Amino acid sequence: MSAQTETKTSIGWRGFVRRILASEFFVLYLTIAYVLCLSPWIPYFWSIGNLTDILSNTWPLLVIAVGQTFVLILGGIDLSQTSVLAFASIAGAALTCTHLEPYIFEKCVMWGWIVSEDGGILAHGMAGLVLAIIVMLCCGMFVGLLNGISVAVFKMPAFMVTLVTMMMFSAAALYLAGSENIMHLPDEFVILGDSYELISVPMFIAVGVTVFAHILLRRTHFGMQVYAVGVNPMASRISGVPVRRIIILTFVLSGLLAAIGSILYTARFEMGRPTLGAAMFMDVVGANVIGGVSLAGGKGKILWTIFGVFFFVILANTLNFLNLSFYTIDLVKGAVIFGAATLDVVRGRIAQAS
Amino acid sequence: MDDQPIFQCKGVSKAFFGIKALDNVDIDLRCGRALGLIGENGAGKSTLMNVIGGFFPPDAGVMLLDGKPYQPESALDATRAGIGFIHQELNLFPNLTIAENIFIDDFPRRGPLINRKSMAERTTRVLRTLGMDFSPWLKVERLMPGERQMVEIARVLASDARIIIFDEPTTSLTAKETEKLFVLMEQLKTKGGTIVYISHILGDVEKLCDDLVVLRDGRITASGLCGDFSVERMVSNMIGRDIGSIYPPKKNIPGDGVALAVRNLSQSGIVNDISLELREGEVLGVFGLMGSGRTELMRMIFGVDDYESGEVVVGGAAVKRSNPRDAIDKGMAFITENRRDEGLLQSFPIVDNIDLVYLRDFVHPVTRLVNKKKVAGESARIAGELRIKCASVDRQAVKSLSGGNQQKVVLGKWLVKKPRALIMDEPTRGIDVGAKYEVYNIINDLAAGGSGVMVVSSELGELMGIADRIIAMSRGEIIQAFERGEFDEEAIMRAAFRVHGDSMRMGSAK
Repeated sequence: MSAQTETKTSIGWRGFVRRILASEFFVLYLTIAYVLCLSPWIPYFWSIGNLTDILSNTWPLLVIAVGQTFVLILGGIDLSQTSVLAFASIAGAALTCTHLEPYIFEKCVMWGWIVSEDGGILAHGMAGLVLAIIVMLCCGMFVGLLNGISVAVFKMPAFMVTLVTMMMFSAAALYLAGSENIMHLPDEFVILGDSYELISVPMFIAVGVTVFAHILLRRTHFGMQVYAVGVNPMASRISGVPVRRIIILTFVLSGLLAAIGSILYTARFEMGRPTLGAAMFMDVVGANVIGGVSLAGGKGKILWTIFGVFFFVILANTLNFLNLSFYTIDLVKGAVIFGAATLDVVRGRIAQAS
Repeated sequence: MDDQPIFQCKGVSKAFFGIKALDNVDIDLRCGRALGLIGENGAGKSTLMNVIGGFFPPDAGVMLLDGKPYQPESALDATRAGIGFIHQELNLFPNLTIAENIFIDDFPRRGPLINRKSMAERTTRVLRTLGMDFSPWLKVERLMPGERQMVEIARVLASDARIIIFDEPTTSLTAKETEKLFVLMEQLKTKGGTIVYISHILGDVEKLCDDLVVLRDGRITASGLCGDFSVERMVSNMIGRDIGSIYPPKKNIPGDGVALAVRNLSQSGIVNDISLELREGEVLGVFGLMGSGRTELMRMIFGVDDYESGEVVVGGAAVKRSNPRDAIDKGMAFITENRRDEGLLQSFPIVDNIDLVYLRDFVHPVTRLVNKKKVAGESARIAGELRIKCASVDRQAVKSLSGGNQQKVVLGKWLVKKPRALIMDEPTRGIDVGAKYEVYNIINDLAAGGSGVMVVSSELGELMGIADRIIAMSRGEIIQAFERGEFDEEAIMRAAFRVHGDSMRMGSAK
């Protein structure tokens, strides 16, 4: 037993690693460590310009990823969020734009009744803008409702349902806009994407949404029932949980938050894009998985998603500095998501053993 | 045989969450002998078997196989060392055939391909020793539960294990299948095989085993030759006190008010024109054989399953069809037959399981937020009242609790508010003597407090011990009701075997 002191210190070191791995803030620590390691190589990282860029990429993604978190905890998945981004973006831009070039849009299906040379039918006045935003939110909720009813009532697999709605509404966005970006948004709309250095309008919206989502998930009986359904729908039903309603509401919420994300993007890009979010699905699910939200349902927290989103955005941002090609960046992102999924299993074991 | 043990545990200990599941356990296994291992749920039997099976290592102590240290790191190590497990929970793949199930971990091969011919031959041989006459290529999903258990046994036999551990193998077997299994175990012993037999059915242990070890709270409380133990001595060693009686004295007096009424409930092919009344403060036993429609009836009454016609009335108000929430709001509570899949959120702690049902009663009227502190306090209070044995009510996942304690959690869900009518389907299945007594006590208290309790059980003795009235079901119909004064085992059995309007046909129904 002479080696006892030695084993003790090694246990102490191991215990430290275990504590870090099992900690809720693990992804945050990881992000900080990553930034500290990389900042000597990328001095530009800490510039106001870059930080503003990082944050402006964070807020819309956060809102959308939080919506996905609810669906993942429920044990489902929502692939259609990206199509909500595009569809709502086109709907909102078409309704509010102040001017359209006839030679581009004359042949598009909306020409003549929703849009004309003088822009959309809600182009002028504050009331019109508010109405248009409500329409955008309704687009998201409608897609979510369709998904929710199919999953809850018709018992279709969420993956299949949302894959189909994703195809349909992505195509619908392209069809409505005739594959063109819709520009000339009114200033009142564009304000929603405004920022003054690190402070921005999307920040207030995203933080508000996230705090609301956190309270909804952890402090209301709706949120607790989402967890319960994610773990065991049958046991939940027998315990009086309105399983169908919970599923439908969760998908509606996911669509709604995707629509809010769409508003933020549309305002920031100052245009309606029919391809908005087309490549974003992996970012949304990736941020959740990195944060530790389980694809199997029943496990996840808004806090984890926040960490996951930050890590993901910072990762993408720094990879850009390394002068990597588009494909290489995706390769690395994929590897990181894979690593996160693996680590999640390891962390689960550690949590169970302790 | 010789005195050298083939397998030994010396001072094996294991703790979870700081609670000792095994505390300094020694056992010896010898060739050609059967060791009976008994104890209440949570006494440490399963933990001991999992340590031997390589699912997790012991915290302290050593295991010796043939006198050499044995340190399995996986289930495969145990199989390779010649230790076979027959699990209580079936681990079969219903979508595969019998032969595929038997050889799932070690397919016989010819070159890179599976040798199906050899598989079929070996499967047929093993099945024959068990007296089963099935094609090896029959899918397991087509088998009855008892037959599936036999396939599980066949799997271990085919692996040429020297030490075979039977964990409650008879729970899903018919009497005939059980008899066959016992003959087989005798044969295994004469061939020099070693058996560990775990069971709650102490009579079987007494009959089959040569040696006996009794566990309580992770410690061995008694061991020795099985012949030295009477069933009474086994029980008192298991629970650490003498049992006065199996059933608590009845405290309830059935009232006149109707807690639950079922009127003309029908669902074609399952139940036909069922009408019954459960009075306030009454314990109503429902007895029937497998397939009599008893479980299905309970599920319809509570609204888990739909029905075609009829109505369910609780406290004077009709309950919406196929809507458990409405049933709960009207005062009904339901404990399903399948607590693992339908009763519990396995990965969740005790408090979150208990508070699920009445969560919305803890919602603040204005903010709509749940008063988490109050909910957790309430759940913890119930967990304490039910004396649920656990390390932590708000951190430990219920899946790590023993069967009896899990059942108490399911019960606890419905005790936050006093239910008007509680339906329990097989509330004591798979739980030990001590926990059973506690469940009976809870039923007794609830009924004494004015709730109506309807208990479905396949153990007639249990119903006769606790019920005020028993109704016998057969083929989806209620055949006859018996008041407590006129309980007669034979008459109730006869009713359960009878087809409505028919003359008696004993024995043929199954």
